[in-house]
Amino acid sequence: MRKGEIVKVSGPLVIAKGMTGSKMYDVVRVSEERLVGEIIGLSGDLASIQVYEDTSGIGPGEPVYMTDQPLYVELGPGLIESIFDGIQRPLDIIRDQTGDNIKRGIEVPALERDKKWQFKPLVKKGDAVGPGDVIGEVKETILITHKVMIPPNVKGKVKNIAGGEFLVTDVVCELEGENGKVELTMLQRWPVRIPRPYRERLAPTVPLATGQRVIDTFFPIAKGGTACCPGPFGSGKTVIQHQLAKWADAEIIVYIGCGERGNEMTDVLLEFPELKDPRSGEPLMKRTVLIANTSNMPVAAREASVYTGITIAEYFRDMGFSVAVMADSTSRWAEAMREISGRLEEMPGEEGYPAYLGAKVSAFYERAGRVKTLGKPDRQGALSVIGAVSPPGGDLSDPVVQATLRVVKVFWSLEDRLAYQRHFPAISWLNSYSLYLDDVSADLNKLVAKDFTDLSKEAMRLLEQEAELQEIVRLIGVDALSPEDRLILEGARSVREDFLHQNAFHEIDTYASLRKQYNMLALCMFYYNKAKEALAKGVAFSDIVNMGIRDQIARMKYLAESESEKKIGVLKERVEKIFEKLIAGEIKREGEDEETEAEEADEKVEEKMAEKEKKEEET
Amino acid sequence: MIKEYSSITSVSGPLLLVEGVDGAKYEELVEIYTGTGEKKRGRVLEVDKDRALVQIFEGSTGIDVQNCQVRFLGRTLHIGVSADMLGRVFDGLGRPQDGGPSIIPETMLDINGAPINPTARDYPNEFIQTGISSIDGINTLVRGQKLPIFSGSGLPHNRVAAQIARQAKVLGKEEAFAVVFGAMGITFEEANFFIQDFTESGALERVVLFLNLADDPAIERVSTPRVAFTVAEYLAFQKGLHILVVLSDMTNYAEALREISAARKEIPGRRGYPGYLYTDLASVYERSGRIKEKKGSITLIPILTMPEDDKTHPIPDLTGYITEGQIILSRSLYRKKVAPPVDVQQSLSRLKDKGIGKGKTREDHADLFNQLIACYARGKEAAELSVILGEAALSDLDKIYLKFSEDFEARYISQGESEDRTIDETLDLGWELLKQVPRAEMKRVREEYLKKYYDRAGKAVETLHEKKEEEARKEKKKTTQKNKKTPTKKQEKTGKETKS
Repeated sequence: MRKGEIVKVSGPLVIAKGMTGSKMYDVVRVSEERLVGEIIGLSGDLASIQVYEDTSGIGPGEPVYMTDQPLYVELGPGLIESIFDGIQRPLDIIRDQTGDNIKRGIEVPALERDKKWQFKPLVKKGDAVGPGDVIGEVKETILITHKVMIPPNVKGKVKNIAGGEFLVTDVVCELEGENGKVELTMLQRWPVRIPRPYRERLAPTVPLATGQRVIDTFFPIAKGGTACCPGPFGSGKTVIQHQLAKWADAEIIVYIGCGERGNEMTDVLLEFPELKDPRSGEPLMKRTVLIANTSNMPVAAREASVYTGITIAEYFRDMGFSVAVMADSTSRWAEAMREISGRLEEMPGEEGYPAYLGAKVSAFYERAGRVKTLGKPDRQGALSVIGAVSPPGGDLSDPVVQATLRVVKVFWSLEDRLAYQRHFPAISWLNSYSLYLDDVSADLNKLVAKDFTDLSKEAMRLLEQEAELQEIVRLIGVDALSPEDRLILEGARSVREDFLHQNAFHEIDTYASLRKQYNMLALCMFYYNKAKEALAKGVAFSDIVNMGIRDQIARMKYLAESESEKKIGVLKERVEKIFEKLIAGEIKREGEDEETEAEEADEKVEEKMAEKEKKEEET
Repeated sequence: MIKEYSSITSVSGPLLLVEGVDGAKYEELVEIYTGTGEKKRGRVLEVDKDRALVQIFEGSTGIDVQNCQVRFLGRTLHIGVSADMLGRVFDGLGRPQDGGPSIIPETMLDINGAPINPTARDYPNEFIQTGISSIDGINTLVRGQKLPIFSGSGLPHNRVAAQIARQAKVLGKEEAFAVVFGAMGITFEEANFFIQDFTESGALERVVLFLNLADDPAIERVSTPRVAFTVAEYLAFQKGLHILVVLSDMTNYAEALREISAARKEIPGRRGYPGYLYTDLASVYERSGRIKEKKGSITLIPILTMPEDDKTHPIPDLTGYITEGQIILSRSLYRKKVAPPVDVQQSLSRLKDKGIGKGKTREDHADLFNQLIACYARGKEAAELSVILGEAALSDLDKIYLKFSEDFEARYISQGESEDRTIDETLDLGWELLKQVPRAEMKRVREEYLKKYYDRAGKAVETLHEKKEEEARKEKKKTTQKNKKTPTKKQEKTGKETKS
């Protein structure tokens, strides 16, 4: 093995001489401890190396071994349910080997080598196969059928293929290639910094349902789309990322914990095996890959972690899955870049970040997309990326936020002002946007109801009117408003509190199907429109806002999916009746009965809720 | 082989450049002997061919380029640890400071530690009773959490920290916490306050103190929290003790870091702090937590003074991104003589949901604190309104809330420095205060808890004419079955409208 010699050590940066012949982004092994490093700069025979492990005790004169290979990830059965560090070392196996703390210089293969998988061939001898063709499949978890594909640079004629139990490193298929025999295993490698190829890029027009009302209804993300959620600490970025990882309508989730808290990863590790996917009823962990490079783990590996994650995601996309990547937080990734750049003594751009920050950020998000994959049979895969950004002090002029906003299509603005009011998710409905709104509206309307997007636009208008009116209220008080305007405030409050507010920790409220979202919003708006009509016909404002039924509207979020459609329908009819009577002026005579009826119904619902809560507690 | 050099070529601030060095290692420990025979210690920050950049812990006073000898020790900074360290006082680098004998180490540990494997972590969920209502009731602390106190100059953060250290215990298990205290750049009086406090409460024998005072070398501070954590890790994960680490004041630590960074002419990030401040703080804070199958735990309470009470300053900002919540002290409460002046609205404990409830504190805890916060927030709004429009403009309901928020501050948040409330006392006090608010307003509490706790908590204060009239209304409803519009409803409306 060729080797060079260290001349300089400065934190995670090592400079070595005698490195002629090595290429940019080649992996090297530093010192006798064999720390993993990557070449990030070459000049003469000097190479600048970022080291993915702690460099204490390393000094000039020690060797640097060249591997002549770029930083790659191992792809194959066994990825799902794993937890890796930033350079794809399995953390659970590391723990078995070295104990509770991560030591350095550990070499562990990413995919388990001694586990046998049941391989089922899908091509036969004599078939001509090319890049991306599916040659067989493996039932990886109860949810995921892993497709074994021809690597993107291989083609030939199948010479030999057999089913049975194999290790990932066993040869499962032999090809007669142009340059002789090619042996294929279930495991393939791919360099993390190069996007995996596909045949054709498609426009993202299919919505990615997330079960979060403010997102799906107002600021939807498309399958294959990109989104970011910047916000100060305490505004709930991580909760949103976790919510999306739990409930997003994707077949595979890759969750990258990049420079964040160790306990958050523990939370995911403990919670995901317990939680059930609302569609399949299986544990969420059965479709999840975790990458954990917490804040106290080496900074250079943090830089690599987002690439490791997205490459694994691309691999599943190539199988034809819809994949979603959560990166929490991309700011820590950018900070890692800044640190390395500083050590390289590069001329800085804004706030000390390297001048190439924008380019790196956009290149990362551009790896998302909905594609037609390579190979046969024809498949469509989608890779959606959702990045959290942690701007200092919540200041959106931060270079990382700005670089991200230039490329992502959905912006969920998290605000601490909302968080202090305990309005969660604290996504501002005024500042956020989604550029997919028009692209996915056709699909949404087909999927949910034909007036779904119209309804959401109408509700948004109401919220915007509220914001304008609030300015006036702040100056001269609410009494100065006309009844019509006060009704707008009431209507908007109902949308905010009864619809937008969603409790991530409530068993039922944590997830709402698109259909339930539609029904809920429709009822809020129905109430408002009826109220407006009644007001125009001379009903007193105070009679409208003090209806007993409003309590029930507020509780509709706690209705289980199975019964919500019916119950919200019943509520709607009742609202209609009450208003009819109000307008007809009958309420004064007959309202009493109506009220008691409603109260009785209220009590029934309450009792049921109490029972349910009891049950929840017991479980 | 230990090598010695006298080839210092430049000294700038706390940094020393030594040339002609053979085989120096990154992070290697260095001893410097000045011309007068004084010994200083340092560590290698960077090695470039035969040049080593050394950071001197004690500062560069007395160092010259001619007569100094530099010795490279061939190892990184380790400290000897032992269970005998409990009850002792050390300097910021772990050397005995109390005149006692030196420690016979059971083992030598690298002060930088090694990151805990995320799969080895156990989730913190054991409730710690601090005896302070505003923490136990509203921003619950759990074992293994990192919960900083964000304070400002002149606020009594040290008293709060001392009270927590004195009173903290886990319910059911009468195990006391051992405290590892790291002082960075605080004054003699402040350090003395802690020592006095620990002595008086008899807690000193389960405390390890590392003192780097304001007049001690600033550069040494960078190592102090690491030394403290090394001892804490040893006691927690090898000796099975529950450790509370108190670090005061992280602002001084970050400034020392900035000093080194400036001396190295690094490109500064925000406000001159180095770009790696987040990573550096994380490498300290993240050493706390729990580990599966290990008995001990490390709970961390770092204290930091926010310059100009500004929460967006890099130090509190980056700390908040790493820690699991924050306790914020409020100057306006302090002026109102509320002690401890905890701003319960801005404070947050991210792990509280896992540490409270049935079997941990009490079933009603979550509902109760939500209701208390909601009522307090409403009361504060009413207070603001009354400043603008005068108290007369408030609705009757708002007046009730206003009174509630005042009582909440005076009785719930405020408590004596020596008052150690049990969690039941704290919760019952919450219900007692809620009693002055009409039952119909208890929207965040489940009916069963209302029945069990609200109705039980003594007789409602009869200032609530609304409630009376509501009863009157029901009475009317039964008898006449007519004309349901009573004055009560209208009043409720006005109440609601002011809120919206």
